[in-house]
Amino acid sequence: MYRYDEYDQRLVDERVAQFSDQTRRYLAGELSEDEFRPLRLQNGLYIQRHAPMLRIAVPYGLFSSAQLRKLAHIARHYDRGYGHFTTRQNIQFNWPALEKVPEILAQLATVQMHAIQTSGNCIRNITSDPYAGVAADELIDPRPWCEILRQWSSFHPEFAHLPRKFKFAVNGAEEDRAVIQAHDIGLDVVKNAAGEVGFRVLVGGGLGRTPIIGEEIAAFVPWQHIVTYCESILRVYNLHGRRDNKYKARIKILVKALGIEEFRRQVEAEWTFHKDGPSTLTAAEVARVAAHFVDPAYETLPATDVGYASLLAENKPFAAWVKRNVRAHKVPGYASVTVSLKKTGVPPGDITESQMDLLADLADAYSYGEVRATHQQNLVLADVRQSDLFKVWQTLRDAGLATPNIGLLTDIISCPGGDYCGLANAKSIPIANAIQERFDNLDYLYDIGEIELNISGCMNACGHHHVGHIGVLGVDKNGEEWYQVTIGGDQGNKAAIGKVIGPSFAAHEMPDVVTRLIETYLANRHEDERFVDTVRRIGIEPFKAHVYGNRQTEKKVAHA
Amino acid sequence: MPKVIRNRRVEDDARQIVRLAEGVTPETVSIPAGPVLVPLAVWQARTTELAARGDVGVWLDAAEGAELIAADLPKLAAVAVNFPAFTDGRGYSTAALLRTRHGYTGELRAIGDVLRDQFQAYVRCGFDTLQPNDGRYTDAQLEAAIASLGDFSVPYQGAVDEPRPLWARAQREVRAS
Ligand code: HEM
Ligand code: SF4
Repeated sequence: MYRYDEYDQRLVDERVAQFSDQTRRYLAGELSEDEFRPLRLQNGLYIQRHAPMLRIAVPYGLFSSAQLRKLAHIARHYDRGYGHFTTRQNIQFNWPALEKVPEILAQLATVQMHAIQTSGNCIRNITSDPYAGVAADELIDPRPWCEILRQWSSFHPEFAHLPRKFKFAVNGAEEDRAVIQAHDIGLDVVKNAAGEVGFRVLVGGGLGRTPIIGEEIAAFVPWQHIVTYCESILRVYNLHGRRDNKYKARIKILVKALGIEEFRRQVEAEWTFHKDGPSTLTAAEVARVAAHFVDPAYETLPATDVGYASLLAENKPFAAWVKRNVRAHKVPGYASVTVSLKKTGVPPGDITESQMDLLADLADAYSYGEVRATHQQNLVLADVRQSDLFKVWQTLRDAGLATPNIGLLTDIISCPGGDYCGLANAKSIPIANAIQERFDNLDYLYDIGEIELNISGCMNACGHHHVGHIGVLGVDKNGEEWYQVTIGGDQGNKAAIGKVIGPSFAAHEMPDVVTRLIETYLANRHEDERFVDTVRRIGIEPFKAHVYGNRQTEKKVAHA
Repeated sequence: MPKVIRNRRVEDDARQIVRLAEGVTPETVSIPAGPVLVPLAVWQARTTELAARGDVGVWLDAAEGAELIAADLPKLAAVAVNFPAFTDGRGYSTAALLRTRHGYTGELRAIGDVLRDQFQAYVRCGFDTLQPNDGRYTDAQLEAAIASLGDFSVPYQGAVDEPRPLWARAQREVRAS
């Protein structure tokens, strides 16, 4: 993974000094609340329901065992013993004291970490494929490009106060695992017919209150020009994005207002001035950055380990876990393990300090000291030998981290919702837990197959509910918490925004609603058809009919 | 006399900023003698008269793009960009465009809600003169704020003040894992 040189380290150290002084001036009354807000947001610090919330950057989701141990340390000493992984592959702490944040940042800086640009109206942490570098379907490793863009965007002076937040995602595999179509800028690293590397650039995607799928602005930008091209997009957005209404300030609104052709024209006009300028990338720089992402010293192993194969045959729980939580690896004899942070009863994405320490140890012993965060709020040990999988499973299982549910109904993406978030209309975590409890029968869960259920506590869509096969959105009706359900949303190559099935539900109804959606699917599916594909084929009506079937009468009774 | 930070030093500055009060038109607003910065609309309404003075500069508001003043740059004693709120980042791009696209080399001043925590970003985008709102900082605070111009000693990306990105101006090693 990327290791800091003296320059990276100096910048992060200087940021700590800068923010310490800003916090001091704020506490001394030299900086007003309004003046301090954007400064703390650019350092990942929100003021939330209970306490400040600190969001720490995990650039493109990649981090080391030493960094994970440091996060455990912070959870232990500055928080309540746990952290929360987010859909931006970052981690949040919910209870740090404001006065301690400079100290936490100083601690993070000792392990090459920070909270730079994890919040606020700036370019956010860039996300990517958690299986980058190890996925069998990878065409080009996205990580060096993520790192190049990370450096370009960090403290970019021109884009420090954009109209709104700005999110990048980069994908380099056949299957898009970075949701690039739901980002302000989505980049697909591709090769053209001549075999040259470049980028397909999407722009104007995003969720929130106006969910939009991004559009292609360029089919192929040669790699040399990707920084200047992005700079051109950002400049057009910075100058012309709306600033009068924060709900209309995202680039997606500008792109829609102008139309993609006109927006492209403006960007290309801008680009004629940047193209071939000093920020044009060189092969030497790309090679320097790429050298941080060379493969570890993999051993030459048989494609299938004999001991592993026999354990798979003998041990059903192990086999179940392998089936769901272990992915094929590009190197024979290796596999990628997805560590589930979706145990029933635990808030999705939550992890305790002792679990973090344990994972750091596992990473050191079995996965070259590296860990990855997924946007589904799980973690990954990317390079595990097949022969070690059993030991890894046992250790994870004992720590409650081996729930065999990756990609299944209980692998729920959920925002923190009303339990933590000051903006929430409704709670999210208890809904996630209630659905997990209802579907705790593994055989049934396996029969349902691949499905994504995403929950957001309000229309800001932090839980990606629009792109869930089933999406749940917390809404407020006269001060009461209700839940609106969408189906047919999808992420990945066929990204789509889900459709609302009808009037919203009370919290206690949600497990039944999901049950009825699943029943409809099971009654209608073709063999090997996923839930979302059935919705695509038959439309939402049959689902609606079954979910609301006798609800009308219930309501009448309730109102009588 | 107001103080500004010019080329990293605190200096007294006599240039007055003319702002259009409610009900006053660009045609009729009275413009004091001595160096001034006038709103773009005033300049446009009275270009000949103002250009003849030789000491007049123009300030652009956040929504007024650099291209609106590009042709007149040789006639101006100074250009300023107004930040109605420090969170309105359009002025950064405007400054960058004046310096790079339009080749402006004269005084470029940031005015309005100009805060010390943004000073370095302003300078990196091409401002050479920074003028916080009257009374925002004491003289001592302004002196102290000069230090924030060096908050980041080795920025990664190119900008107006140093167009080469870090990788093009420093020998960076590879620290592979
Ligand atoms: C707890 C404090 C949080 C606050 C105050 C917060 C605030 C917001 C707001 C205001 C938006 C709307 C942006 C817009 O429409 O322009 C948003 C969007 C979003 N947030 Fe959060 N959020 C929080 C936590 C989280 C967490 C924990 C996650 C991940 C689990 C997350 C991921 C996202 C995502 C994915 C979006 C949608 C991005 C888009 O529209 O393109 N946020 N957040
Ligand atoms: S979706 Fe709403 S409730 Fe959930 S974290 Fe985001 S802002 Fe808070």
